[in-house]
Amino acid sequence: MSDTPIDSSKRTWLIATGCAGAVGGVATAVPFVSSFQPSEKAKAAGAAVEVDISALKPDEKMVVAWRGKPVWIMRRTPEQVAELAKNDDKLADPKSLRKPDEFTPPYARNEQRSIKPEYFVAVGICPHLGCSPSDRFTPGAQPSLPDDWPGGFLCPCHGSTFDLAGRVYKNKPSPDNLEVPPHMYLSDTRLLIGEDKKA
Amino acid sequence: MAVFKEISPNASAGAKLTNWFENRFPTAFDAYRVHMSEYYAPKNFNFWYIFGSLALLVLVIQIVTGIFLVMHYKPDAALAFGSVEYIMRDVPWGWLIRYMHSTGASAFFIVVYLHMFRGLLYGSYRKPRELVWIFGCAIFLALMAEAFMGYLLPWGQMSYWGAQVIVNLFSAIPFVGPDLALLIRGDYVVGDATLNRFFSFHVIAVPLVLLGLVVAHLLALHDVGSNNPDGIEIKGPNAPRDEKGHPLDGIPFHPYYTVHDILGVCLFLMAFSAVIFFAPEAGGYFLEYNNFIPANPFQTPAHIAPVWYFTPFYSMLRAVTTEMVYALIACIVAAAGFGVIKGKLPSIFKGVIVVAAAVAIVLMLNIDAKFWGVVVMGGAVVILFFLPWLDQSPVKSIRYRPSWHKYMFGVFVFMFMVLGYLGIQPPGAWGAWAGQDLAQRVSQVFTLGYFGFFLLMPWWSRLGEPKPVPDRVNFAAH
Repeated sequence: MSDTPIDSSKRTWLIATGCAGAVGGVATAVPFVSSFQPSEKAKAAGAAVEVDISALKPDEKMVVAWRGKPVWIMRRTPEQVAELAKNDDKLADPKSLRKPDEFTPPYARNEQRSIKPEYFVAVGICPHLGCSPSDRFTPGAQPSLPDDWPGGFLCPCHGSTFDLAGRVYKNKPSPDNLEVPPHMYLSDTRLLIGEDKKA
Repeated sequence: MAVFKEISPNASAGAKLTNWFENRFPTAFDAYRVHMSEYYAPKNFNFWYIFGSLALLVLVIQIVTGIFLVMHYKPDAALAFGSVEYIMRDVPWGWLIRYMHSTGASAFFIVVYLHMFRGLLYGSYRKPRELVWIFGCAIFLALMAEAFMGYLLPWGQMSYWGAQVIVNLFSAIPFVGPDLALLIRGDYVVGDATLNRFFSFHVIAVPLVLLGLVVAHLLALHDVGSNNPDGIEIKGPNAPRDEKGHPLDGIPFHPYYTVHDILGVCLFLMAFSAVIFFAPEAGGYFLEYNNFIPANPFQTPAHIAPVWYFTPFYSMLRAVTTEMVYALIACIVAAAGFGVIKGKLPSIFKGVIVVAAAVAIVLMLNIDAKFWGVVVMGGAVVILFFLPWLDQSPVKSIRYRPSWHKYMFGVFVFMFMVLGYLGIQPPGAWGAWAGQDLAQRVSQVFTLGYFGFFLLMPWWSRLGEPKPVPDRVNFAAH
């Protein structure tokens, strides 16, 4: 070390320049980090999808793509609809009270989680870690499912089970029910997914 | 500038050429001496010491094969799967290059796990080698990132759904999680944007970090010197040295260990080639069968599991259910209670312990088990960084630690392997026992065991009577 006393004016300017450089560096990082965001093209791909459901028979499910995600439209039989209420005490959130704004639009906050009891519309992505649950409509005992299984969906990744209204059973990894997307009926057989009347 | 060395005009052409270069680039000649011809490594290395060299070899294999794969691969969601099949079927010898790369990924983890276990056995992370170990752990982390991103590139079903699950792990983080997951994917679902950025990270960003860390790992190692199976410092202040000051228990890395390692390299390449030529999928463990189906965002395969090298950590993630969170809370209460009652601490620290435990418990009760699963999985890797300070044993090497420490290590390895096995299996693999999912219960107990091994190490590693450590390394000429 030299014995020359510190020139405090030079020191001040060194610190000031260093700080200015740091600000510039951070500012330069902004565009790079921002480029990680979804592109305008990806954002625009979120348009609503119109679906013709006239060919859908009872106990059948069809899948359409909306925002790159699978959206299920299932036509439940009257018996399946009647069964739903019996599951309530085994479900984590039978009344869809958890985070309703994210998972259940107001018109689906009922036992069937749907506008029309027969037709169930849901995003086929497990809220746990994003796998797509598989159909297990046949009631009764079968591998990975309880013996009194009433029919529903099973997530293959971590074993979450859902009833035919997409409501998750208790003590399963999924914290929430399946998401019901915003949707509305344009006519009896035409369904619009991604938009509802309030929008 | 270094002193310019004159050479006799009668010297050979080779010596003149060497001298010409040494005068113009002395750094390279110094580096050769410091890291090769005059780097003294302990002479008592056993077979455990091959895995560091092998890791470097596999790194080179991965880089070279990777360069050639990029010449034919297309990072585009519509073309990626087809371009991998094109490499496999139409590019001359493409199948070999691709299988070398895919087998190399698994081989990398095999040698790195064995290399890390060697460190554990002989206390290679103990003072003054803490930074060598920490750089090594960082390499392990970078390797995990590299493997994970590389696995998306073939754009098969496992690529897609594996990435979907792992990226969604980040969305479990409270408040910032969903936005973070969006930034990682670059779209609302795993898609073309995700594939492109993972490609960029896999071929440029992470390899650069990896190479930098490998250089730091080796430079730090050569600064402090290699440990050995006896855990004795061959370059310590009292270590015996010859008249030139070289350690008597050391031999120059080159030519002794370079030649010695060729044997290990040959054995490794025999096993490596056997896998490449006879079982490149390794029964679905190195290349999962579901990954031969193109990615389908609308259908998850009936059973998804990560590749084997991630499964111990994946098991820990799955082990954290709501009930497991209660078990973790019980552990925190027990630890805090022990600290307050038994710990010889000023009362202010005891207050801090109580408050911290209370805050942790409140958070654990209020945030989903899913998030704590992510914390446990991350913690299982992060805890490795702290090993140099967790191990309080008076001796370094397992050779001189109390015999029952071997059983501790044995139980730890057993638990880690069972966790790895269960991570490959679907939920409920071992059926029910007393009404409980047996496999899940076992993975929960072993997860606690894994953390117990490390977190209780400051206590258990001090117990027992260490055996006397000799002054010189154990070495029999051969």
